[in-house]
Amino acid sequence: MIYVYSFLFSGFVCLLGQIILDNTKLTAGHITSIFVVVGAALDTFSFYDKIITYVGGGALVPITSFGHSLIHGALMKAEEMGFMGLLMGMFDLTASGITAAIIFSFLLLLVFKPRN
Amino acid sequence: MDKISYKKIVDRHKPKETRFMNAVIAFIVGGLVGVLGQFLIDFYSSWLSIPSQDATSYMIVTLVFISCLFTALGFFDKWVTFAKCGLIIPITGFAHSMMSSGMEYKHEGPIFGVGANLFKLAGSVILYGIVAAWFFGMIRFYFLGGV
Repeated sequence: MIYVYSFLFSGFVCLLGQIILDNTKLTAGHITSIFVVVGAALDTFSFYDKIITYVGGGALVPITSFGHSLIHGALMKAEEMGFMGLLMGMFDLTASGITAAIIFSFLLLLVFKPRN
Repeated sequence: MDKISYKKIVDRHKPKETRFMNAVIAFIVGGLVGVLGQFLIDFYSSWLSIPSQDATSYMIVTLVFISCLFTALGFFDKWVTFAKCGLIIPITGFAHSMMSSGMEYKHEGPIFGVGANLFKLAGSVILYGIVAAWFFGMIRFYFLGGV
């Protein structure tokens, strides 16, 4: 059942993005930035946490979960450190994704040649 | 030819219904990526017998690796032009934007080419994500009682 929910939620987020992309002048860069901010905003009232418990992987794949992970890492560190924790824990949960993207793209850039 | 009649001609030759088809394709492809994510979480948590929280990181790293490799091999660009937001909104789009801008500027050298342009598109996601997460995190930490 969780696979069906994953399909519906992840598809719905992509559908929203596609509708915005087709009907406004915003580019893909605008839309991904907006969706990250929306993900962080939804987590202000721990709304996105509830979505993740119901939907599972479907809520963790779209870029909205990037904003959710940023704010969540910051809050977990802020529990023990106070205000400085908000700054120190920001990358705690997203570090794996960003570091993996940097390392993989660097290593692959050494090997592969761009083609037109 | 004035602007209005030119616009009429352009409108007549524009393909119809592409918006609807784009939305359907984005829904289906995006949904399939979500199912793949859930499948990878289940796969890793049962294979390595780790909690699903940790399996999430494995899943994200796997998806990032797949999209970087496919972009380097050259056919992920075609998939993105076909599925558009179906592959841009998931984390695959983040990796794809880094890899493709790296490929594009590789000929300008390691510092001013790859180094300066790798985060060309992904940088805005990180910037606005951090500013928003800091702002909303402050609100949630001080007014709504933290985690």
